[in-house]
Amino acid sequence: MDMKRIIICIFIMALVTYIPRVVPLTVFRKQIRSRYLRSFLDYTPYAVLGAMTFPDVFTSTGSLYSALAGTAAALVLSYYRKGLVTVACSAIVVVYVVEMIL
Amino acid sequence: MDWRKEFGRGLKDGMPICLGYIPVAFTFGFIAVSGGLPVWAAFLISLTNLTSAGQFAGTNLILLGAGYVEIGLTTFVINIRYMLMSLSLTQKIEEAMGTLKRMLFGFAVTDEIFVVASLKPGTLRAVYLFGLIFPPIAGWNLGTVLGACISSVLPAALQNAMGIALYGMFIALIVPAARDSIHVLVIILIAVSVNCMLKYIPVFSFISSGFRIILSTIAGAGCGAALFPKDDTEYVTSEAEWCEK
Repeated sequence: MDMKRIIICIFIMALVTYIPRVVPLTVFRKQIRSRYLRSFLDYTPYAVLGAMTFPDVFTSTGSLYSALAGTAAALVLSYYRKGLVTVACSAIVVVYVVEMIL
Repeated sequence: MDWRKEFGRGLKDGMPICLGYIPVAFTFGFIAVSGGLPVWAAFLISLTNLTSAGQFAGTNLILLGAGYVEIGLTTFVINIRYMLMSLSLTQKIEEAMGTLKRMLFGFAVTDEIFVVASLKPGTLRAVYLFGLIFPPIAGWNLGTVLGACISSVLPAALQNAMGIALYGMFIALIVPAARDSIHVLVIILIAVSVNCMLKYIPVFSFISSGFRIILSTIAGAGCGAALFPKDDTEYVTSEAEWCEK
């Protein structure tokens, strides 16, 4: 594989990843007064994570059934406020076990 | 206040993210190298990109032999959501934080770092943020190198199972919040519904997955802000609750 092309591609990827992250941080420094905009930004993380998780989680493993089992395990454990690592590792174990059985 | 204590608090908050990143980065390194990239390239991508979705998509396009413009545009669209996150964080970061520090921290705005930082009560100090980003960066690169080097040894079943790790983390972040607040639950349901519509209704099939996330986020958070605008007092209450935990 062409080494020069790989390096150029990686450089482009790094650039278009960095720009959207850094521009708002360095350009906007004032507190936003608008109640609507403040609420909007406050709700953003939940909307982003929800949309990134569903429905894509169902196709994240080898089969729909193992993904459903893993998702169910994650939902139950997170409902009872188990930590990030516990939830993620338990989901992996459940998916692994279900795929062994199938 | 003692900066070491604040830095240490950041490190502590960053550790779960680090542990969550290792399997995902491992998967990335594994996929990149088994797809045909050299180990150094997989490592360089993780070192300079520090992102999951954009990096997976970009690497896939490199392996498919796509052009520079296509790679740049696709990765950019997937990463536009970071603009919303960075904009949201500017509201919590101490105003005195200098441009150079902002540029350094900006490199590490990921979904998980954003969520942990934005849910922390009070103003965010630079020392805390640098403590917070250190473990995830280390974990991301370590995981990539491990995955890239071990790519031929790991059984396929374990590879499949690891695909759910990142989503498990996302679920662990949103479910407790949805349990506490019906508003948050409604917002998540709106975002997920819009995402499903855009994904499965054929008319919208031209919309890329990155752009889909952006539209769903705007719909969810936009409806939420219109239906349930927050009072300034509400921020104070929720912060007090956080402190008690």
